[in-house]
Amino acid sequence: MHHTVEVENLSFSYPDGQKALREVTLIVAPNEKAALVGPNGAGKSTLMLHLNGILRSPEGRVCVGGLEVTDENLGQIRAWVGLVFQNPDDQLFSTRVFDDVAFGPLHMGLPEDEVRERVGFALECVGMGDYAERVSHHLSLGEKKRIAIATVLSMDPQILVLDEPSAGLDPRARRDLIELLRGLDKTMLVSSHDILLVEELLPRTVVLDEGRVVADGPTQSILADEPLLKAHGLERP
Amino acid sequence: MHYHVADHYIESTSPLHRLDARVKVAAAILLILSVSLTPLGALPAYPLLWAILLVGVALSRMSYWMVFKRSLVALPFATAAITLLFTVPGRELARLPLVGWTISDAGLVRFVSIMLKSWISVQVAVLMAMTTHFTDLLWALGALKVPGVLVSIISFMYRYIFVLADEALRLTRAREARSADPDGTGGGTVVWRARVTGGMIGNLFLRSYERSERVYQAMVARGYQGQMRQLEPPPLTPAQLALGALPVLAALAIVVYAVLSWS
Amino acid sequence: MMHVGVLLAPRQLHIPDGFLSVPVAVAGWVLTVLVVALALRKTRDQLGERQVPLMGVLAAAVFAGQMLNFTIPGGTSGHLLGGALVAVILGPWAAVLVMTAVVAIQALLFQDGGLLVLGFNIINMGVLTAFTGYFVYGFLKATSGDNRRSLFVAGFVGGWLSVMVGAIATAVELAVSGTSPLGIALPAMAGVHALIGVGEGLLTVFALSFITTTRPDLVVGEAAPGKASARWVWIGLVVALALTLLAPLASPYADGLESVAERTGFLDAGLDAPYQILPDYTVPFLGETGLSTIVAGMIGTLVVFLVGWLVARVVRSRRAAASSSG
Repeated sequence: MHHTVEVENLSFSYPDGQKALREVTLIVAPNEKAALVGPNGAGKSTLMLHLNGILRSPEGRVCVGGLEVTDENLGQIRAWVGLVFQNPDDQLFSTRVFDDVAFGPLHMGLPEDEVRERVGFALECVGMGDYAERVSHHLSLGEKKRIAIATVLSMDPQILVLDEPSAGLDPRARRDLIELLRGLDKTMLVSSHDILLVEELLPRTVVLDEGRVVADGPTQSILADEPLLKAHGLERP
Repeated sequence: MHYHVADHYIESTSPLHRLDARVKVAAAILLILSVSLTPLGALPAYPLLWAILLVGVALSRMSYWMVFKRSLVALPFATAAITLLFTVPGRELARLPLVGWTISDAGLVRFVSIMLKSWISVQVAVLMAMTTHFTDLLWALGALKVPGVLVSIISFMYRYIFVLADEALRLTRAREARSADPDGTGGGTVVWRARVTGGMIGNLFLRSYERSERVYQAMVARGYQGQMRQLEPPPLTPAQLALGALPVLAALAIVVYAVLSWS
Repeated sequence: MMHVGVLLAPRQLHIPDGFLSVPVAVAGWVLTVLVVALALRKTRDQLGERQVPLMGVLAAAVFAGQMLNFTIPGGTSGHLLGGALVAVILGPWAAVLVMTAVVAIQALLFQDGGLLVLGFNIINMGVLTAFTGYFVYGFLKATSGDNRRSLFVAGFVGGWLSVMVGAIATAVELAVSGTSPLGIALPAMAGVHALIGVGEGLLTVFALSFITTTRPDLVVGEAAPGKASARWVWIGLVVALALTLLAPLASPYADGLESVAERTGFLDAGLDAPYQILPDYTVPFLGETGLSTIVAGMIGTLVVFLVGWLVARVVRSRRAAASSSG
């Protein structure tokens, strides 16, 4: 089954009137890996929150796997789209790692043995197979970020949406993360300021600035376009 | 979502905004006291009290509609008083079909009186909040002899409500993002959901505890020794005092008139 | 009427201005000033100069925590008030200050709760909840062993009872103010909050469980050993006061002994009491109403408690004097 992400002419304003997205059109094909870059406040996080229906807008359309993001379809869409937020502390709210990773499958109503299997599998994927009984709160930032990814992987989503996955990580943890992401066979949309990560992992780059898509193409050509980068607050390291 | 936590203060330079915060706080409380002292059943007195409020709104150059909207927060509590309609003995005015309860005239008067008094009081509080920046309000509380430690605690709380409300919002979104239910049979049990939510609350508390330690260290680094120091307030001018005293005196006059006429 | 009363009862305890009479509101302020002053003194010794940022930020956490809820079948949701939770974590006096800040900001910033009635709002939601939660938790935990299960029971009952006490107090205040007859307000508030209290109990337990698992060093309630007997007394007092509220519902048929005495003629043989402070269990100026009975019962209970406490003090000091001189 195809799981394309289709954003069509999406505009969004916050309740206080601030316009965060302006006619954004974006299509991510199955298994495609794309980066979302732009200055802070460009609307990257806002856009991501529309992909699983946390934010909804009357202006424009968002479809995942052919299903429009509406109340009736949320239950299914959230099984397909795994959204990982920037700060892992906002996502780990159980005492044990196991419970946090099990939340998704449990909420889906899966039977206990399947839940256990999925938790084991997700933790293995992120290289933390023996962390199940650890207390989430006491882990390092890098470990927490990987657990946060596991909490979403256990739901077996087709599409992974990650908000600043490498922010705050030391070089080793960052390297571990890049390898982890490289090994995952999923459609990916990653927002990041880490241009080197983008170059290494993501063949397509979408540039967002002030709520508008200002460029969308192969990463190599976008990153070679110095005037473009400069105009939108980006830099090549 | 209703997490858009924003206090009711609206920036402006109206006479009411510029009025000393101590005067505003004291006047607000005294006005509410006056309204509360007005006897129940003194129905003509209430519009007069409301008129004082409207003068205040005019002085604030805010739209009355905004005050009105924010005053509706007290409405749900009306249900606590609504049974007065049926329980206060008096002349029967109407009878409810089906249940057969009777609404008495005394009950109606009592209920309406409470609702009007409450509504006017809330509007006074709303107007004060809309025209007084919270830091000024806290300073006024301190000047009005509220213990300094308590004022400091409230001040820290105010500083961090918005940050923590944001964290609460993100926790909720993270939970939502993982709340999939492809065939409509999911959701877990109520106790399990409570466990997750309790964990979110525990998470929030824990992060706050640790954050407060960092805050304390930052304060110590800036010379904090357990006392919050504040700048000396400017002295009160007679004009300011008069501006605050006038509505209170007017209200008290109305109260006296009401007490004499309706007790 | 009672069933409708339950349906109509306010689901929140923030009383707006105008719903309490002036004497009641002023009494609330007097109580609050006394309790807060005491709390300030007690916490100064306990936490030192770190208390301000800690309590301020935790107050913000309580405020934010009140926004976190979970859905309950039937379309409603469970949410937290927080007094019991904070009291178990920080101790009751610090909890009083934290909850005072929360309730005060809700009133000042958002007009959630009135200003004249802020005194009793603080008492109901900040003081009664904190003390009830703290003592019930401590007592249950001390008497049922130091295991996981006792933590759950203690936390749940502590949270639930804290909301109930707050709700009952609110109902009494509304009744004394003449805003709502006690016979309706009390069952209504108690009924609605018996359900809401379940949410509070569950969230208190699970939040505590999270905190004690992750950082048990932060929880004061855990570290209070051997105070079971004191708590017994407090629990007894709370229960006794609560029972007095049910007094008007008691059977109109004369007390057992009295009815026997009437029938056998002993009643007339009994001597008249030399004075009548609370004739027939009523308070003179409130006359023969259910409320009067309650107030009389409360006064009686408090007098008994005070006398008992004074006797205990005297006995203890006599004993101490005897042992030191012996």
